[in-house]
Amino acid sequence: MNSPTMASTVVEAGQIDGSYLTDGFTIRSWLLTTDHKRIAVLYLASITMFFFIGGIAAALVRLNLIVPEGLLGSAEAYNRLFTMHGVVMVWFFLVPAVPVTLGNFLIPLMLGARDLAFPRLNLFSWYLFILGGAVTLWALFAGGVDTGWTFYTPLSTTYSKGHVVLAAVGIFIAGFSSIATGLNFIVSIHRLRAPGLTWYRMPVFLWSLYSLSVLLVLATPVLAITLLLVVLERIFHIGVFDPAIGGDPLLFQHLFWFYSHPAVYMMILPGFGVVSEIIPAFSRKRIFGYKFIVWASVSIAVISFFVWGHHMFVAGTSLYSAVLFSILSYLVAVPSAIKVFNWLGTMHKGYIRFDAPMLYALGFIGLFTIGGVTGLWVAALAADVHLTQTYFVVAHFHYIMVGGMVSAFFGGLHFWWSKITGRMYPEMWARVAALIMFIGFNLTFFPQFILGYLGMPRRYFSYAPEFQVLNVLSSAGATILAAAYLLPLAYLVWSLLYGEYAPANPWGATGLEWQTPSPPPTVNFIQTPLVTQGPYAYPPPETGRERHV
Amino acid sequence: MSSTVVHDFQYESPSHQAQTAIAGMWLFLATEVLFFGGLILSWIYSRHWNQIGFDAGARETKLWIGTLNTGILITSSFTYAAGLAWIRAGNTRRLIQCITVTLMLGLAFLALKFGLEWRDDFSQHLFPAASIFKITGAEEGGARLFFIFYFISTGLHGVHMVVGVALLLWIIRRARRGEFSPLYHTPVHAVGLYWSFVDIVWLTLYPLIYLVGRG
Amino acid sequence: MDLLLPAASSSASEVDHLLLALLLISGAVLVLVFALMFRYIVKYRASSGFDRGAVAQKTWILEGAWTVATLLVFFGLFIWGAELYVRLFQPPPGALKIYVIAKQWMWKVEHSGGQREINTLHLPVGRAIELVMTSEDVIHDFSVPAFRIKHDVLPDRYETLWFTVTRPGTYHLFCTQFCGLDHSKMVGAIVALTPPQFQAWLEQNGTAGTLEAEGKILFMRYGCSGCHGGNGNGGNQSESTVRAPPLTGLYGGPVPLSNGTVVIADERYIHDSIVLPDQQIVAGYAPIMPSFAGQIGEEDILKLVAYIKSLAPERPQ
Repeated sequence: MNSPTMASTVVEAGQIDGSYLTDGFTIRSWLLTTDHKRIAVLYLASITMFFFIGGIAAALVRLNLIVPEGLLGSAEAYNRLFTMHGVVMVWFFLVPAVPVTLGNFLIPLMLGARDLAFPRLNLFSWYLFILGGAVTLWALFAGGVDTGWTFYTPLSTTYSKGHVVLAAVGIFIAGFSSIATGLNFIVSIHRLRAPGLTWYRMPVFLWSLYSLSVLLVLATPVLAITLLLVVLERIFHIGVFDPAIGGDPLLFQHLFWFYSHPAVYMMILPGFGVVSEIIPAFSRKRIFGYKFIVWASVSIAVISFFVWGHHMFVAGTSLYSAVLFSILSYLVAVPSAIKVFNWLGTMHKGYIRFDAPMLYALGFIGLFTIGGVTGLWVAALAADVHLTQTYFVVAHFHYIMVGGMVSAFFGGLHFWWSKITGRMYPEMWARVAALIMFIGFNLTFFPQFILGYLGMPRRYFSYAPEFQVLNVLSSAGATILAAAYLLPLAYLVWSLLYGEYAPANPWGATGLEWQTPSPPPTVNFIQTPLVTQGPYAYPPPETGRERHV
Repeated sequence: MSSTVVHDFQYESPSHQAQTAIAGMWLFLATEVLFFGGLILSWIYSRHWNQIGFDAGARETKLWIGTLNTGILITSSFTYAAGLAWIRAGNTRRLIQCITVTLMLGLAFLALKFGLEWRDDFSQHLFPAASIFKITGAEEGGARLFFIFYFISTGLHGVHMVVGVALLLWIIRRARRGEFSPLYHTPVHAVGLYWSFVDIVWLTLYPLIYLVGRG
Repeated sequence: MDLLLPAASSSASEVDHLLLALLLISGAVLVLVFALMFRYIVKYRASSGFDRGAVAQKTWILEGAWTVATLLVFFGLFIWGAELYVRLFQPPPGALKIYVIAKQWMWKVEHSGGQREINTLHLPVGRAIELVMTSEDVIHDFSVPAFRIKHDVLPDRYETLWFTVTRPGTYHLFCTQFCGLDHSKMVGAIVALTPPQFQAWLEQNGTAGTLEAEGKILFMRYGCSGCHGGNGNGGNQSESTVRAPPLTGLYGGPVPLSNGTVVIADERYIHDSIVLPDQQIVAGYAPIMPSFAGQIGEEDILKLVAYIKSLAPERPQ
């Protein structure tokens, strides 16, 4: 395997001076910034914190499941822990992660713009996120919520003794942060493209974030009204989900999943975008089937609004609705499959290098595909009857969310780390961490497919003894996975202080963001770039080329 | 009065920025459609299963207040639009007058809705969370549900109106300081879109609350 | 196929076949993806300097082909899963009905003959069983992995689930919709017996009254007879002054409603008429029946339903 040598230009230690990082050193210059790059860094710190909170909750959950009777001893504590894990990971890590860090940082750069359309709205969005997060954390630590992140009624509205109102309010506030971010992205992509940057010349990352933003903007308001209705029902002891007065608990499920299904595509679409940038760069080849990939992103966003009922196949809905949602769920899987084939097609006849971003991207393809094919299982109606609400579904979505999305996030973080910080991370440690993550992840979640088939229900504090061996395997894997997440925290922080200074384009990749210094100055581009060719303008493979940058 | 218009550094020109701001406002209003839309769809769904009770509840609403308020809001959108037309023609004084009239109409709406109508609803035991409820018997459940939707939707609409009133005051203040001209009046345009949208939401709520089931 | 989990219902092995097909298809896709990936990272690694040659030009043919292939495979899986699901949705006539009431955190079972169980369900093998289920509080889910079935159990509604057990034995029953503190303790056992054994069990565990006999007592106690007549004959009798629909011959027959539609009076209809009479008014009657929601527990409603079902099949003239 070749490791890339650094670009031949010598980098001065003073490179970081004159960048956005040194444009003001006060706390005020950070907390009142409107620079999209600084806001991205603020967000990065925030979501890292939430990731570790959600991760600790997960660690305790897996710890509990080592013995059938539940090691933690308290079902109440366990119920609150898995709820905390779900709430924090879904709304405060997975949905924001790539968009608010990589998206905020890179979108103006990729557009050739100097900032987003509404920079003050961007800052406000971060404050909403922090406020929502604080309120939610307050709920979780003041005693917790014990309804699961799905808040099904009437458990959440009438029977739960947890801090449902507080948690719902926190999520409600954070939802507006998402809406503001999505709005900013959509308007920026429409209105701030540099001269010559037509839609079909945009990198796939921008198309993915555009599709994501449409989901953010249209689906999140439905979550907002749903949470509001739950809060009002809980406070006033009366509401539209209460069957005793003619309300309908299933109405909650329809409203909730109408948002939450697009939400899972909100989580994965940016991951697709990141991988679509990494694979061409590390295969030094233009992406295969550009138009198919970009339209696949758009069609995933559109179709995702029409499949929510597949979470309700055993909930008491009608036969016709179940059949309709099943076929639509198969339909939405097709564009994702197209993307996988196209990424492989990009690697075909490329010049592949195995730096850490590429290892994460390859891991994504493998793990996402496993998660994706198991989606075919749960989309099949009769199979879902057996598998739903078991660990099979848990494994399915963790393969996509963690195996896929978190891998993509780490891959993107490493790929653009030099652009964001001006430093290179230590390559060997990064590769080691990527490999450990792949191994730990599979050991944690693969046994859960089997547990699910065998019938082990999810959200169980204690379980039947015959499930113990697989649970122990899974928990063992979780410790390895934890190490794989702590390692990057350590070496990335180390690199901020001691990492090598990075040149503008350490990977030799295409894209406007690489035309600026690492890290960029506050205004991004001194002169607005003029775009004259499509993305991924690598030389064709038959011309042969140098083996490294 | 300023004669030069500046624009933020990521835009090519003032008109580029103005059009972008308006595009952002339209997109924001789209999110509001989804927000109220979820509520209205839930309303329609619940009514389907509880029609008799809903209609019993609907008969208790105060048609004259609702209709008067509808007229007030429609007029206020008109006066705002007139104000926008005036500033496009360069007349700040008329702009301020029109926005002030809009403001008065908006405050009248709020006074009628919350000061009069809600107060009457409470005193007539129509608040659905109270233990004593005006309608009893077979229709009670459905009627309570109707009033849940009534109070939530008018409450949310009222919150949006209050925000609108604050925005009107902001426009008046900036207009008084001479910040608007035919070349630059983007905030006036954007707030106008918001105000008209809140009006349209009311126009959707009005038949649901006051007309359906009354026959 | 019985490798890991017993397949103890008539549909279980069909579900297992579908799962096996899914496994094979998934395996094939994964083998393809991983094989290509490994081949490419070896053959096309940057240090392998051989001449790659030109890339194909008309790639849309390839794209179209694998899109269509994917669609066809997915459509086939959809049909397979849907067909089996549709059959699982509709219980056959003459199924043995057993009533299940879920509450935090236990399963209460009532057989028509009055036998009651908690967290256990005795069943005969070889006969279609229809469970009629409701919850007293939150949403639960009745799940038997060995039968490959589950269904949510909702408050204030009846949901049904049907299956035929094919082999005797004891199988796990789990609650699989998170329902609060002791969700993971809301488990039980399905005990499938041969028909003679089941008959014996019924006789040993019988109570004084069948569901319908107890229901008749409740019909008087809760005042239903006041409007619907002593034997459910309707409100035209001299002992009542309110005009209420007759209940004799109601069960299983069509009921015209005031909104012009016609529904079939099944258990759900009878249950909802007691708890939410406002929702479906019989044509020609005023909406004056009070709601008994919160006043009659689900177990008593079951008995009332059983009684009303037992009323003579012929409609009175």
